[in-house]
Amino acid sequence: MTTVAMSPQQAIEQPNGLVLLLRYLRRNKGLAVGLAIFLALVLFTVIGSFTVDLKHAYPLSVGLKKPPSWQYPFGTDFFGRDLLAAMVVGLWQTAVIGILAGGLGTLIGVILGFIAAYFGGFADATIRTVCQILTPIPVLLIQVVIASSLDKRDVTIFTMAFIVVLLAWMGPTLVIRSQVLTMKERQFVSVAKLSGVSDFGIIFKEILPNLLPFIAAAFVSQVFLAVFAAFYLAVLGLGPLREPLLGNIIWAATGQGAFFNGWWWWPIEPSIGMILILGSLALINMGLDELANPRVRRTE
Amino acid sequence: MRPRLLIKRLLFLVLVIWAASTIVFFIPRLSSRNALRERFAELARTGGFSSTDMEKIIASMQKQFGLDQPLLQQYWQYLNNLVHLDFGVSLYKYPATVTELIAQALPWSISLLLVTTILSFVIGNLLGAIAAWPRSPRWMRGIATPFVLLTGVPPVIMGVLLLFFIGFRLKLLPLGGSYSVGLIPDWSWPFFLDLMAHQILPALALIFGSVGGWVLSMRGMGITIQGEDYVNFAEHKGLTPGRIFRDYYLRNTLLPQVTGLALALGTVVTSAIIVEGLFALPGIGSLINVAIRANDFPTIYGIVIFITIAVAVLMAILEFVYPLIDPRVKNE
Amino acid sequence: MNSMTTTAPDARTAMRPATAATPVLRVEGLEVTYYTDLGRAKALDNVSFTLNSGEKMGVVGESGSGKSTMALAMMRMIKPPGRVEAGKVWVGDTELVSLNTEDMRKARLGKIAYIPQGAMNSLNPVIRIGAQMVDALKSHDVKGSSAELRDRCFAALHSVDLDPGVFRMYAHELSGGMKQRVCIAIGILLKPQVIICDEPTSALDVVTQRQVMETIDRVQDEINAAVILIGHDMGLMAQFVDKVAVMYAGRLVEVATVREMFTDPKHPYSRALIASLPNLENKGVFQGIPGLAPSLLRLPSGCAFHPRCPHGNQDPQRSVRPEEVTLAGGRKVTCHLYDAEGVKNG
Repeated sequence: MTTVAMSPQQAIEQPNGLVLLLRYLRRNKGLAVGLAIFLALVLFTVIGSFTVDLKHAYPLSVGLKKPPSWQYPFGTDFFGRDLLAAMVVGLWQTAVIGILAGGLGTLIGVILGFIAAYFGGFADATIRTVCQILTPIPVLLIQVVIASSLDKRDVTIFTMAFIVVLLAWMGPTLVIRSQVLTMKERQFVSVAKLSGVSDFGIIFKEILPNLLPFIAAAFVSQVFLAVFAAFYLAVLGLGPLREPLLGNIIWAATGQGAFFNGWWWWPIEPSIGMILILGSLALINMGLDELANPRVRRTE
Repeated sequence: MRPRLLIKRLLFLVLVIWAASTIVFFIPRLSSRNALRERFAELARTGGFSSTDMEKIIASMQKQFGLDQPLLQQYWQYLNNLVHLDFGVSLYKYPATVTELIAQALPWSISLLLVTTILSFVIGNLLGAIAAWPRSPRWMRGIATPFVLLTGVPPVIMGVLLLFFIGFRLKLLPLGGSYSVGLIPDWSWPFFLDLMAHQILPALALIFGSVGGWVLSMRGMGITIQGEDYVNFAEHKGLTPGRIFRDYYLRNTLLPQVTGLALALGTVVTSAIIVEGLFALPGIGSLINVAIRANDFPTIYGIVIFITIAVAVLMAILEFVYPLIDPRVKNE
Repeated sequence: MNSMTTTAPDARTAMRPATAATPVLRVEGLEVTYYTDLGRAKALDNVSFTLNSGEKMGVVGESGSGKSTMALAMMRMIKPPGRVEAGKVWVGDTELVSLNTEDMRKARLGKIAYIPQGAMNSLNPVIRIGAQMVDALKSHDVKGSSAELRDRCFAALHSVDLDPGVFRMYAHELSGGMKQRVCIAIGILLKPQVIICDEPTSALDVVTQRQVMETIDRVQDEINAAVILIGHDMGLMAQFVDKVAVMYAGRLVEVATVREMFTDPKHPYSRALIASLPNLENKGVFQGIPGLAPSLLRLPSGCAFHPRCPHGNQDPQRSVRPEEVTLAGGRKVTCHLYDAEGVKNG
């Protein structure tokens, strides 16, 4: 046979990562909006912590029950908190709880899900069964039980985060487990094993990178659930009552009949704050969901 | 349905209930708080007290409630009671038993919970299916986003807002309570209407909060299904778009969603707790709300376990019913 | 290749009742482009061919050569980010590309039917087979009582050698071969003029393959449709089609009768394909085709095949796009080596 001219496959120019990201954001408006709101909230908190006197977020700092004015843009409440300061501190604390509980929950989920899927057998059966049994249990209610059993003095934002994590890890565990299971069956793992890559090598170099979108999505949804749960507990009056957590403020407001007394700004502001936080997280979650599932990903 | 599968499912049910009740049993006992003591301290604050007498009363009540026995024995007693659906006696409304309280409150909640769960299911899934369908008009596909945003609005806040704008400002619907003051409950039409009017805002608050979840999951499902070969082939067959949407797309997306109904009910109930408190409806939600504020632990725990049992039973029922509607699922 | 136990295609064509050889399918200049994040990919480039009623054409090519795209384009089922940029598709007297949505919908299955690849998942799992056949009839305004419609379906099932009991079954109760035959039955319900079979036997075992191919053969004879058979099993093609069309990188590089293609392939790619077939008499080294099919996003300059062609490393192959040439006897080739008279020198 005559020799054949073989030209190397020409590489296709890939636009760099940032451009692809921006193009994607243009298509996925939900994600873009969610991120925008989130960034706005972050800015609010950061700028707020420098410009506002944060000590005023605690009771008896300023005049009582004043409606929004130039001096107190968000007004003050029944107990003498400057609501602007309260919002700044409250947002920050909510973020701490969210990220702490969310991060911990995701971490536990990843580790457990991984162990279950990768090592199979007894570990898998146990972890899976425990998750399945705990799923029908109304988790928020159990958290109510836990929170209400605590001595009121022991409740801080960290204990709240802990309570919230306690029963939230099942979701990510099952998701990560099913993803790792599908990956285990796929060929690139077998190929790596055949090539002699160690178990650890496989885990870190092959599987984890493919898991990243799912881990990111799980993280965001865990943060969402954590913030939601913390809020829920706080609204019931089970939060650290001194802290200006948004849920606490609403609890106090309804407890004092804020609407009927005409102090409308008192419950409305934390409500809006809560809506923004959870809304942006929900949108980001929806957006990441699309990213993780390529089929869902929108094409132009 | 083969007996082995039946037993497996029942066993699961039992395990769930056992797990929940055990958690609920042990957690409070791990804390240093003593419910009785606190209750009495509270009562003592309102009336006078003599400390020695109080101690004697506490001691005797401990005995009566079996609180002076070793922990494991208490646990055994507790499980025993549970099997007989005996949740103990309320501390706050002593001597009413928790079971009585639940039985009183339940009817007021049931209609709200059922209506909310079913309506959110129908509306949410339909919206989600439409949102994922490429041939839906643009504006309908965009509907998904606001509803997803709404999941970020906890039902209680939605309730607050609805209460404020519709109840307070516009005075369109009542501000709370389950029926207007001065009306006597009976089986008459005007009373029924009044009752319904009082349910609208709380139901809306709950529905708005739950719809988003269904929309999201249905949308995800819809996107998967629309890529399926049979949907493609349906188009190749030249079927009308309506038929494709209904028989090939909707049917296949909706079926798996049904399994989520039980969990959805659980979520609705937990949200209802606060909403009922907000609207002063005398249902289970308010019951637990009041119990929390009053530190009435037996009631709190009793309700939590009751709800868990209800959700678990519903799950089991749905699992039995599902094979009847999906021809693919054969009970091995 | 499978041993030839059926009569060769030429003989069969001779045996067929002499219907007027009317061109029932005419494709002119079909072009499809996909607009992706990474650029534009030309999936179909100026594809044209004709088919008469009763004729069977096989379309072969590597993955990504455009075979399925062509089928989808003809059915007007190209979805974004793909778009039909140009071309006409005539089925009988109707031009499909310019039809409005509703008329095109009716044309699908009515005039031109598509039998999918991978019939494993092409049937709706939650409704009965019968319902899936009847809804096709109803969507095309076929009037009749439910009994009449049902009988029509029974007739179609009978044509594909399936028991009428299949009507009441669900998809998961059928084997792969049965499901494929159900798809064929659906395809012939409205007696279309053109039937496109997209790799109908890829997922099946050899015995079932034969069954399915014979079924296609038989139903085509019954309704005298033109059949396009897309696949990459040359052996199967050899036994069942009249013409063979070879596609490469979105272009039709050669169209010839099956006898001509197997005895005297003209285009270097077709030559390589034929040469790569395992030969029972001449057992020896397998001859593959060097190199990889090009990405449609970055097609080589000039002739798309030139990097892999033994005659490729010269001009004009490297710089000029070859145009389609019609050779003696109606064969078509798209290659610089040929002009209307035959092999060019140099």
